[in-house]
Amino acid sequence: MPSLLFILSATLMYSAPLVFAALGGVISERSGVINIGIEGMMVIGAFAATTTAHFTGNPWLGFVFGGLAGGILALLHAVACVFLKADQTISGVAMNLIGPGLSMFLCGVLFDGNSTTTPIKNKLPKILVGSDIDIASLMSLLLSVLIWFVFSSTKWGLRVRAVGENPAAADSLGISVSKIRVFSVILSGILAGFGGSAITLGIVTQFSSSCVAGQGFMALSALIFGKWKPFNTYLACLFFGFAQVLSITLNSGSESVLPPVILAILPYLLTISVLIFFVGKSVAPKANGVPYEKSML
Amino acid sequence: MSLETQISPKYAVQMRGILKSFGAKKVLSEFNIDIKKGTVHALLGENGAGKSTLMNILYGLHRADCGKIFLNGKATNIRSPADAIKNKIGMVHQHFMLIDKFTVLENVILGNETTNKFGILNIKKARDRILKVSRKHGLNIDLDAKVEDISVGMQQRVEILKALYRDADILIFDEPTAVLSPAEIEDFIRIIRKFILEDKTVIIVTHKLREIMNSADKCTIIRSGINVDTLDITEKTCQKDLAQGMICSFTGSNVKRDKFNPGNVVLRVKNLNTKNEKKVLALKNFSLEVRAGEILGVAGVDGNGQKELVDSITGLLKVESGTIEINGKQIQNTSPRNVLDNKVSIIHEDRSKVGLILDYTVAENSVITKYRSANFSKHGILKRKSIRSFAKNLIEKYNIKPNNCANIPARNLSGGNQQKLAIAREISNEPDLLIAVQPTRGLDIGAVEHVHNVLIEERSKGRAILLISLEIDEILQISDTVCVIYNGCNLGEFDRNAADGKKVTNKKKSDKRTLDEKETISKKESDKTTPDEKETINKKESDKRILDEKEIGFLMMGGRKNDYSRKIS
Repeated sequence: MPSLLFILSATLMYSAPLVFAALGGVISERSGVINIGIEGMMVIGAFAATTTAHFTGNPWLGFVFGGLAGGILALLHAVACVFLKADQTISGVAMNLIGPGLSMFLCGVLFDGNSTTTPIKNKLPKILVGSDIDIASLMSLLLSVLIWFVFSSTKWGLRVRAVGENPAAADSLGISVSKIRVFSVILSGILAGFGGSAITLGIVTQFSSSCVAGQGFMALSALIFGKWKPFNTYLACLFFGFAQVLSITLNSGSESVLPPVILAILPYLLTISVLIFFVGKSVAPKANGVPYEKSML
Repeated sequence: MSLETQISPKYAVQMRGILKSFGAKKVLSEFNIDIKKGTVHALLGENGAGKSTLMNILYGLHRADCGKIFLNGKATNIRSPADAIKNKIGMVHQHFMLIDKFTVLENVILGNETTNKFGILNIKKARDRILKVSRKHGLNIDLDAKVEDISVGMQQRVEILKALYRDADILIFDEPTAVLSPAEIEDFIRIIRKFILEDKTVIIVTHKLREIMNSADKCTIIRSGINVDTLDITEKTCQKDLAQGMICSFTGSNVKRDKFNPGNVVLRVKNLNTKNEKKVLALKNFSLEVRAGEILGVAGVDGNGQKELVDSITGLLKVESGTIEINGKQIQNTSPRNVLDNKVSIIHEDRSKVGLILDYTVAENSVITKYRSANFSKHGILKRKSIRSFAKNLIEKYNIKPNNCANIPARNLSGGNQQKLAIAREISNEPDLLIAVQPTRGLDIGAVEHVHNVLIEERSKGRAILLISLEIDEILQISDTVCVIYNGCNLGEFDRNAADGKKVTNKKKSDKRTLDEKETISKKESDKTTPDEKETINKKESDKRILDEKEIGFLMMGGRKNDYSRKIS
């Protein structure tokens, strides 16, 4: 049986990517733009991170570039949703197609036609030498606290929330709805990119087509489970991370209680059941998903 | 109007040659107005006269197509609300621009936050300042309450506070009393009169006369985007003068009708109770009957249960209790299709959303309620040819223009022709009961007359017609019987044929507006209606209160019967 400490540190490790991505989702959706393209932004972030880390040998540089790549993809989403008033779901789906597609294409170009990148030599460091806790876990925790603080006690947070609840009111006070929304969506892409980087730089060592495997969508369910609140979302992510660890540890033991297939789908199963049982009680920002247009009369 | 007036710092706002159209619709044409500093200036006009648009231009929410704005004698460009705020203009919108989930304090500071250099809010400093402002103007509000938890009157104070917090010198109020109770209205008037003492300027947009009499120094009457007149409000100013300036003389349609000869009861609504979207009782023991060959007009101000009545009959809304019978057969809480099958047709209020599918062709729209009949489809396959010839028939019969429109999308027709199409389709169903909801909304006078004639014609054919309209003139012109709906209750019926078909007097039109204010009074009272009272209301209905013609407008606005007799005596 794995030790409790192992389960704890593994939970923190597996939840870190989810936290980054889900917090990104929180920012975007609190500003009123649904971002289901988080998955795609994670994938392209994961790819950019490993590639950079591979060529520079510096995982931190990889982490930054992972965020940038996610942010650039999010810029597309922002332009489509905010300025062109596109359907946010469809634009998000497009992001989910562009992200992996572009990553696989570039991967082939840069790594001799391989569908995976070369494994990186240096992963992101652990917090303390000898401990098993990933630095990304700590960063994700700090980030959730930071975002909670920004939302509750800064000018910028107040405005993002206002725009997501009642854009017309914000507009009437001279706040630029478009500016806030574009900024929030880009930031959400950067965080999703960090999330992808945390997977390939912290957990696995290389990028492959299946390294993200739906975690972007799990992040979205975590943010609904967390009622669009930063710290609640963090806890929701821990829960989903724990589910992943459970499926891995139970699967690796010889005395496996459940069939491996069941264990493999456990995180997803939990995601679905959580959504079924909790989504009804969770209230989204009022203007979430509604493009803002000035009324004519 | 006052083009001669010089641009001068004596005036807080002067607007010159303001022109604004939305699409092809001209809302304001060459509009000039002067608003003196330190006065309460009212803009009076009917819905759609252009008063809100004018104020939205002043506040930078809309850009005028051309024209100039002078503030305190200086030409000023106002491109956005931010510009307006910078120029010390504040606006309280009719629908409050508040964020429900925010606290009062958060709502007030939003967009104008006091922060340190890292952007962290300095709540304490903001609170002190808000408290100072609110004390100075006697606006007591709990700053930490959430907006969704406070009353509408309080919400309005939050809006006022927002403007004052931004040092507004010119305050614009769009229909400020529409949602307030009488006590709140008094408070409101007291508050704005106080602003004048500080040399602030208040602009009130309204169509309620009493408010103007009580609060304003000057009043500008707007009619169809034109400044008709600006009057000083004195003791002597008569409400009637204002009302007459506001309303164009209505050239009544000359509708000829056969003798009233009612048949059997087609629609019988009995003790209907229905909840609206907000789960509040919207119809209270509502009863009415419509007979064959009768047009029953339901008069009332918008939002008194008309929508719920129609939706209950057509099967779109669940009925809590009570019955709806068509030719003796109960249809409540069945499906809309069942209602249609019971020979009920409805001309919907909103032809573009509910009445028609604008992207379908005229031909497709013409059979949309009866495509299942053997004439138009077989085994689920539409018979295009017969649909088209049916549509061509309707187009010809009802003179829908352009007359070769069977295959073009309904969207490409003008509003009037879309309405003709919707009406033609419903009438071609040969219904027993025809429900017409605001059938002439947005139509020009010729089209209105056409619609009225069609309805009268159907009446002559022995159909029962339920007419629901916010235009009291329309109801009085073509109905045989008029009932008044107020706050979900049927207040009584007026038999037009018993009285002679007198023309609507001007008096009533002015009543229509002045009495608006009373709405709030009785609304408050009827909210408190106890079961006992409900029973009495119910009893009254079974007695079928007979109203006299002049009472209709009065009751519509929420006046009570006893008050009325007092008033005319």
